[in-house]
Amino acid sequence: MDFSFSEEQHQLQDAISRFVQGDYSFERRHKILKSADGWSREVWQGLADLGVLAMNIPEADGGLGYGPIETLLAMQSAGPALLCEPLLDSAVIATALVRDFGSPEQRAELLPAMGGGERIVVLAHTEAAGRGQPVWVETSAKKSGDGYLLNGHKAVVSLAPAADELLVSARMSGQPGEADGVAVFRVSKDAPGLVLKAFKTLDGRRAADVVLTDVKVPAASLLGAPTTSATAAIDRALDIGLAALCAESLGVMEATVNATIEYLKTRQQFGQPIGRFQALQHRTADMLLHLEQSRSMAYLAAMHCNVADDTQRRKTLSAAKVVIGNACRFIGQQSVQLHGGMGMTEELNVSHFFKRLMAIELSFGDTDTHLQRFAALTQRDIPLAA
Amino acid sequence: MDLTFTPEEQAFRQEVRAFVRDKLPASLRHKVVNSLRLTRDDHVMWQRTLHERGWGGPGWPREHGGPGWNAVQQYIFEEECAAAGAPRLIPFGIKMVAPVIMAFGSPEQQKRFLPDISSARKWWCQGYSEPGSGSDLASLKTRAVRGFDKDGDHFVVNGQKTWTTLGQHADWIFCLVRTDPQAKAQRGISFLLIDMKSPGITVRPIITLDGAHEVNEVWFENVRVPAENLIGEENKGWTYAKFLLGHERSNIAGIGISKREIERLKRVAATEMKNGKPLLEDPLFSAKVAQIEIDLMALEMTNLRVLSDEANEKAPGPAASILKIKGTEIQQAITELLVAAVGPYALPFKAENESDEEGDIGPRYAAGLGAHYCNMRKLSIFGGSNEIQKNIISQQLLGL
Ligand SMILES: Cc1cc2nc3c(=O)[nH]c(=O)nc-3n(C[C@H](O)[C@H](O)[C@H](O)COP(=O)(O)OP(=O)(O)OC[C@H]3O[C@@H](n4cnc5c(N)ncnc54)[C@H](O)[C@@H]3O)c2cc1C
Repeated sequence: MDFSFSEEQHQLQDAISRFVQGDYSFERRHKILKSADGWSREVWQGLADLGVLAMNIPEADGGLGYGPIETLLAMQSAGPALLCEPLLDSAVIATALVRDFGSPEQRAELLPAMGGGERIVVLAHTEAAGRGQPVWVETSAKKSGDGYLLNGHKAVVSLAPAADELLVSARMSGQPGEADGVAVFRVSKDAPGLVLKAFKTLDGRRAADVVLTDVKVPAASLLGAPTTSATAAIDRALDIGLAALCAESLGVMEATVNATIEYLKTRQQFGQPIGRFQALQHRTADMLLHLEQSRSMAYLAAMHCNVADDTQRRKTLSAAKVVIGNACRFIGQQSVQLHGGMGMTEELNVSHFFKRLMAIELSFGDTDTHLQRFAALTQRDIPLAA
Repeated sequence: MDLTFTPEEQAFRQEVRAFVRDKLPASLRHKVVNSLRLTRDDHVMWQRTLHERGWGGPGWPREHGGPGWNAVQQYIFEEECAAAGAPRLIPFGIKMVAPVIMAFGSPEQQKRFLPDISSARKWWCQGYSEPGSGSDLASLKTRAVRGFDKDGDHFVVNGQKTWTTLGQHADWIFCLVRTDPQAKAQRGISFLLIDMKSPGITVRPIITLDGAHEVNEVWFENVRVPAENLIGEENKGWTYAKFLLGHERSNIAGIGISKREIERLKRVAATEMKNGKPLLEDPLFSAKVAQIEIDLMALEMTNLRVLSDEANEKAPGPAASILKIKGTEIQQAITELLVAAVGPYALPFKAENESDEEGDIGPRYAAGLGAHYCNMRKLSIFGGSNEIQKNIISQQLLGL
């Protein structure tokens, strides 16, 4: 067993930490959030220059060919900066899907451009009624002439407004909840019939509901080969994304716990630092327990997100999301509580950490969804007769 | 032991219910039950409506123009108002400064200030907390120096208050100020009523994590306050403040609000779908709703026991702390489940200064739930944080 990181991995971690500390201060982020787009191309290019956008792209496709551990380190290091750029959405999830499911031509066209920062691609998959279940696709794709007509509604697609193109999942046959019959299409954001209802989210990012009404796409926009259902590939890409989200949350939680400890040491009430009160010491100790349990699960998730065995992979990732979802809530809430009135202000970073942790808890299926998925998957393990 | 309300109490409940049903505008009710932000006018309008019926000061005795209700009647009143979706009464005038003026103010002060409070002609805010003095309120530093000149007996106030809720609307602020810096912390404090239009006062907004402007900083720079605005005796302000803190228990647990919110939660969860079935039928989710409902039943009983002790003139102990801790925990837990019920549709967000037009992002009831959850984090912080309440319980109730 070895929990240490290589020299190269440490360098990546340091580079990203330096970048976000230098180029992504709290004030800079605030300005970016207030701008019309709510994210920054300049920052995006900076991330490309660091190689972060190419880390999940194989060397054969012009990338760095790193693995999930590097993604873990990158996301964890970027976490405290609360980036409002589509790092998770484009550089992790969409990249994984194109890499693992795209045709050689699509890979050649998209991956180098995505890795270089020139093209931003976001997966538009989740639907309101799905409640975090990856196979719930109601959006339909019907053959029409030499292409397809897409109709449907994708809910709260994170960073869709920043994307140049969307990867839209749609059902060619079967019912919502069935694994077969789902395909993914490349759809340009300005395709006629596609409406982006863009909005800000509580954690400061941009997102959109994507409404497709008879959006006509050519046959070549189908991702991968038309014969295989895309659900397995989407599921894997989402699990890679979920592992990266766990890593990001780890970075946010570390920053939150540190900020709280720092505050307890400096804030004076009753003639002493409030950190002297045992009630608060124990609460902070509990925050640390949550953090360390989350760290373990974020590592485990990173190491399992590529496992081919669906059951084993899903079990581990659901377990990680449950531990981390609970930790996000506890650490977020307590950090505000222990800061007293100050914790409620927009001016302090803890309130922004709190909101990001809240959003993380709600994304990719909430704690209940994963608890139930884990229970369903592990029930099968019990020998029924003694 | 008898757990039923008397026929008189039940008749009273019907009377309140009918009144609120008739008088509460549907648009205002809509805002309240969906936790949308209320304007100053919304609050004033409702307070005036109650005032016209003689209910402007629900906890006030008859001699000061109140209805003279006992604790149980006040409880029933608050519960019915909450259930019907009426705005909560802004407490600073009616529940905080008014009882102090009644108990310790001069007859002139009572005549001058009380009628404007119950009729909402004047809006009050509370100036206790300071940047360095929150939980340790007695360490407050805002200084008031007494002097006499050709214009008479007065105080000159310098310092800063903070977290002043809705201070941007206020006509008056009641303040704790230090009048004797030499005396031991609690002894040198006085209770002053200050006109917010006095020269030297600056109000600055503090924006909270939900994007709202609800609290403020209030700065005092050589603010002249006539000595006639001093409540009771100089340097005795701490006694009055403590009286105030222990005074109002009828609604501290927020039972009525929580009941209404649980109804909302069930409505939302019955509409949201999971696996093709209403979320409310999901065993895990429905168990959580049930647990909160059960906790609330217990708290309601605890609250009624406290009220009945009070009606029997038993000394009010630190029971208020129990009601506050459990009541705020329940209210916060409901907001968590509301957010969980709508999932990612709790995330779309509009800041207060942005247009309030109905976008069609997600179901209508989801708009504002995320911000509401964030805002309700305050419940366990203000009014004496829940940690401080636990200190009170362990020290005063348990003798630890
Ligand atoms: C939304 C909002 C509205 C408010 N409105 C008003 C208002 O209108 N007027 C007004 O005067 N004030 C108001 N307040 C102020 C409120 O009363 C204070 O925030 C509260 O008393 C806590 O003080 P603090 O913020 O300074 O936190 P601190 O006192 O600094 O406390 C920080 C943390 O330490 C804990 N702590 C402190 N001392 C102890 C101890 N001895 N043992 C264990 N834990 C301890 C606290 O519980 C808290 O978790 C408001 C606050 C908020 C958030």
